[in-house]
Amino acid sequence: MNRTYELMFIVRPDMAEEDQDKLISTLEAAVTSSGGQVKNVERMGKRRLAYTVRKFHDGIYLLLTVEGSGGLIHELERRLRVTEQVIKFLTVRIDEEQKRLDKIKALREARRKTSPPPAEVASDAPAATA
Amino acid sequence: MTDETRVATAPAEVPAAERPAGGERPSGGERPSGGDRRGFRPGTAGGPRGDSGPGGRKYFRRKKVCKFCVEKIEAINYKDIRLLAQFVAESGKIVPRRLTGVCTPHQRRLSSAIKQARNIALLPFAGRAS
Repeated sequence: MNRTYELMFIVRPDMAEEDQDKLISTLEAAVTSSGGQVKNVERMGKRRLAYTVRKFHDGIYLLLTVEGSGGLIHELERRLRVTEQVIKFLTVRIDEEQKRLDKIKALREARRKTSPPPAEVASDAPAATA
Repeated sequence: MTDETRVATAPAEVPAAERPAGGERPSGGERPSGGDRRGFRPGTAGGPRGDSGPGGRKYFRRKKVCKFCVEKIEAINYKDIRLLAQFVAESGKIVPRRLTGVCTPHQRRLSSAIKQARNIALLPFAGRAS
């Protein structure tokens, strides 16, 4: 059962770059060991928080795109919860939304493909007369 | 409360220029009375429902349309704060549909996206982002 999830988490603003790397690599190891796959790692950088979290006003945002089962996500969330540097996290399932978007996109493409012929005829006609 | 809603509706509505110039006759301009009214404000004659008999609308209001339908924005993501912030009032509240004109399916997605963004401290629960 493979699903795609997005794990966004905020670490303390004073966390060193190497420590972040270490945290990410441990998470990646946890993912691969339970049959998942890390698709993408994105560092969104330091941002101001909209409200104070554990007395912090800023935080470093990290984003992981993970493919795996629900059990894997459960394990990852547990890890994030016990990691002291992580002050907040959010997991969102994105595969169904992506599927919906792809469907809409395909539909629009199909509609565009059906509509060109008359448009081409219209554009050809003045060219022929000119 | 009332102050806040006024702020939110202001961009969605047609500015005061569409309204009849009531400066010449402050009391008479407000009360419509027969054919005199029609001649009085030729500017609103083109409006769809601007002058529908006596006791009708005092001023013209543009029909609100769903931003997401018009601009064909399908992906309403919690990370897209710029988009979401347009539908959040100063106080941090989600602006209701009746003020923004967003259609029901999109408002549903929008509100869930705003709530996700709040959870990860991208948007405030209350008040301005500090």
